[in-house]
Amino acid sequence: MRGTLCVSGMMDVAGTALRADLSGALVWDEQRLLVVSDLHLEKGSSYASRGTLLPPFDTVATLRRLAAVIAHYDPRTVIALGDSFHDREAHLRLTGDDRAVIANLQVGRDWVWITGNHDPAPHGIGGEVADEVTLGAVTFRHEPTGARGEIAGHLHPKARVATRARTLERRCFVSDGERAVMPAFGAYAGGLSVRDAAFAKLFQKRAFIAHVLGDTRLHSIAAARCY
Amino acid sequence: MPREHQLALLEKARALRSALLIAPTGAGKTLAGFLPTLVELGEKATARSIPRPAGLHTLYISPLKALAVDIARNLEAPISEMGLPIKVETRTGDTPVSRRQRQRRYPPDVLLTTPEQLALLLASDDAPFLFSSLKRVVLDELHALVTSKRGDLLSLALARLWRLAPDMRMIGLSATVAEPDQLARFLVPQPNGAVAAADVVVAGGAAQPVVEMLDTRERLPWAGHTARHALAEMYELIKANKTTLVFVNTRSQAEMLFQDFWRINEDNLAIALHHGSLDVAQRRKVEDAMAAGKLRGVVCTSSLDLGVDWGDVDLVINVGAPKGCSRLMQRIGRANHRLDEASRAVLVPANRFEVLECSVAIDAIADNAQDTPPLRLGALDVLAQHVLGCACAEPFLSDELYAEVITAAPYASLSRADFDDVVDFVASGGYALKIYERFARIKQDAKGCWRVANPKVRQSYRLNVGTIVEEAMLKVRLVRSRGGGAKGSTGAIARGGRLLGEIEEYFIEGLTQGDTFVFGGEIVRYEALAEDQVYVSRANDADPKVPSYMGGKFPLSTYLAERVRGLLDDRRAWMQLPEQVRDWLALQKDVSRIPARRELLVETFPRSSKYYLVCYPFEGRLAHQTLGMLLTRRLERARARPLGFVANEYALAVWGLGDMSLMVNQGRLDLAALFDPDMLGDDLEAWLAESALMKRTFRSCAVISGLIPRRFTGEEKSRRQVLFSTDLVYDVLRRHQPDHMLLRAARADAATGLLDLKRLGDMLKRIEGRITHRPLDRVSPLAVPVMLEIGRESVYGEAADELLAEAAEELVKEAMG
Repeated sequence: MRGTLCVSGMMDVAGTALRADLSGALVWDEQRLLVVSDLHLEKGSSYASRGTLLPPFDTVATLRRLAAVIAHYDPRTVIALGDSFHDREAHLRLTGDDRAVIANLQVGRDWVWITGNHDPAPHGIGGEVADEVTLGAVTFRHEPTGARGEIAGHLHPKARVATRARTLERRCFVSDGERAVMPAFGAYAGGLSVRDAAFAKLFQKRAFIAHVLGDTRLHSIAAARCY
Repeated sequence: MPREHQLALLEKARALRSALLIAPTGAGKTLAGFLPTLVELGEKATARSIPRPAGLHTLYISPLKALAVDIARNLEAPISEMGLPIKVETRTGDTPVSRRQRQRRYPPDVLLTTPEQLALLLASDDAPFLFSSLKRVVLDELHALVTSKRGDLLSLALARLWRLAPDMRMIGLSATVAEPDQLARFLVPQPNGAVAAADVVVAGGAAQPVVEMLDTRERLPWAGHTARHALAEMYELIKANKTTLVFVNTRSQAEMLFQDFWRINEDNLAIALHHGSLDVAQRRKVEDAMAAGKLRGVVCTSSLDLGVDWGDVDLVINVGAPKGCSRLMQRIGRANHRLDEASRAVLVPANRFEVLECSVAIDAIADNAQDTPPLRLGALDVLAQHVLGCACAEPFLSDELYAEVITAAPYASLSRADFDDVVDFVASGGYALKIYERFARIKQDAKGCWRVANPKVRQSYRLNVGTIVEEAMLKVRLVRSRGGGAKGSTGAIARGGRLLGEIEEYFIEGLTQGDTFVFGGEIVRYEALAEDQVYVSRANDADPKVPSYMGGKFPLSTYLAERVRGLLDDRRAWMQLPEQVRDWLALQKDVSRIPARRELLVETFPRSSKYYLVCYPFEGRLAHQTLGMLLTRRLERARARPLGFVANEYALAVWGLGDMSLMVNQGRLDLAALFDPDMLGDDLEAWLAESALMKRTFRSCAVISGLIPRRFTGEEKSRRQVLFSTDLVYDVLRRHQPDHMLLRAARADAATGLLDLKRLGDMLKRIEGRITHRPLDRVSPLAVPVMLEIGRESVYGEAADELLAEAAEELVKEAMG
């Protein structure tokens, strides 16, 4: 319906129809709301400051993908669901260019930075800062509690799926229709298997679906098929 | 009574010449290497009769720390017998800190150590003091050292030593190699733009070994690597000899053969097992029993390729493919270490193709041919490690360090631009985006000298030195199966379970839940993975689905491959082959074709609702796997709907849903285009972007170069969430700076390593315009072995062999009509 640039699939959370995008962003069409989680901007330079000189392109890579998905959906509101910056000083290390890209993305729309465990303090680079945001039946917060209607990040879900030839491992959305955990959006963000105990605490009987980010489309796979 | 070559080395030392001694095993190589030092130190002692000034005289470098320890022990006897005041000490990872500190201040006369320990010593600020008195470096088992990145690291250390101790001379000790003059370059500083080499001393007089192929009375298997058919015959050989070494290519083969021997060991012969994964104490016990002459047989892997000689080994049995004739010669040299007596060896091929390989290997040995690889080009990731080490020792100027580095033979052709890239990488990552200057590990002062930015950098260097990158390992635990019920839930599995051992993570990643494989001598079913634990259950299957046989580290050498193709092409030479193999080849000739020496035979045929393409490049499993990946991509594009492929050392089979015979016939599939060398262009690029092998290669370069600390790779699995994955780093770097130094290093590795690209490229060029296609209506005799690999391996249990033999029989009947 919106061209072929992004591929998405629908996912219900507490009666709200949400769009899971292949990029790892979540879109609420009616609200013209776009959510991304765990950007971990400046993770590379965070390691670099401690002596591990990871390539510094992660922020550029992450922002480029973010800009593309925002350009595609043109949301009125963007929520960054916590751990947007890898550490408390990360925003200070942004290059001027990256700052400009973020400022540019914020023009003409509301922008909310939800606080996360990596970035609990307000970082003052545009937008508002909030611990959580509730819209209708849905609450957006960083760390999942398992509450009904909750959309969270933090866990970086990934699914290992057995295929005919070999096991594939990809990032995914996780939802049981009442609550959801979003995949990490950041280029250097690692993943946690959806079979980890952390997910069992949130989803009873592990009756959830993993919406797996494939190469060209999403795949909704029952939790029991993942490991 | 010293031998001729020992005297020759003394002579070279007196003339202040560096020398390379080429000698077969058992020629008293190591003693020859030490003789000049013992003589010099002995003469000095008598001349002065007062204590000599302290100072390191001779440094001995061995690839194995156990070897260094053994040599030290062996040296002590002659030194104390002659009453020489010579202090000999070892320095390995096991040496206590107090002794290491003492060694730096009060060095022994002779220090025996490893390349890694030498690098650490050179990176300390004591290095100029410690090495200024150095007169000689002895490099043992040089042929083994120079084939890996450890050799690169060692060569750079030598370049440094040549500067610190200009009077120092070298002695290299090596088994016979293809290009002794090349190897001799390793031992002397290379002048800028020219070539220099040490003098080569060849120990003569070694008797020609007696090598035979086992003339089995049993039926020769079509595939598999166990050689179980010849078990009883091998047992008889052990019984008939005093001490026999039984070499196999892999750890799992060694385990299985050892168990098999004990199953039929009615005479209770003392047969032991030796391989690299066994506990060190266990290995030492076997070696000691061996030295004491208490063992009748030892089943071993390349873990015994190197090391001190012990015991009276009178026979070597080599099971399976010899892979290369130089390697085989070195193994055979393990039998009998009296030079004047012939070593005896029996080759036991485990399948029909291996008969061909064994046959040409015997010819090659008779011709005294050698197929050791050419000298390596120094790797950039190793250079990065060395540059950081240099900065840890003392500040350096780029001009001076570059001039020093290119005296090392592997780096003689290193460009200044590459060197500067490496320094830039060491300093601040070498990224196009220059934002890490403030995090730089080394910084330039006003005079242009590079200095370590802070003490943490030194510490990090010390923790990360070395070129051996351990694979990420997972613990394997045995739990009860959940049966055929709900799939996939780790929750339903009882956690805990008996620990079976550790397995490479990449192996598990290639598995699908329910896959069965051999581990620790039994067939297990893969149940689940949770954190760093792999859960498996006992499988009832008779045949493991996934072969654990990976063919060992080394592919079939290019040289032997060429000879195998030559043998196939030469009908008269078939006479030397066993009758079963001759019949097999004759039948192939009737129903299809015997590939000519330089040609590539491609067969296509249908089989149970799928269509197969089998080709015979004879270029080793690694190159064939890469070819398989690339061919599948191309067949996909040609709409042949490929489903999978399997490769062995000799052939590659691809299968799919499209009728490839028909497609070729109708001109919809052009085999010349399919095998065009241009597949190493865009197709390769596209595949490299996602190739797990390439990512493993990159990870190894990232660790060696010091980009990623070793501890991260070990620690990350113990945390619930991975800190970062080198795969993600690879993706980002590849997209944003595809010519980055580390990616170049990884590509250079891929050319000769896991992807064997260079060999694949050479092969594609060789067969251009020489592809012969045979559309068949069923599988050909030559295709049977590789087709059987699809049905996986006959690796475990009698039931497995029976079942596989049945499966094999079906295929064979089909082929034989």
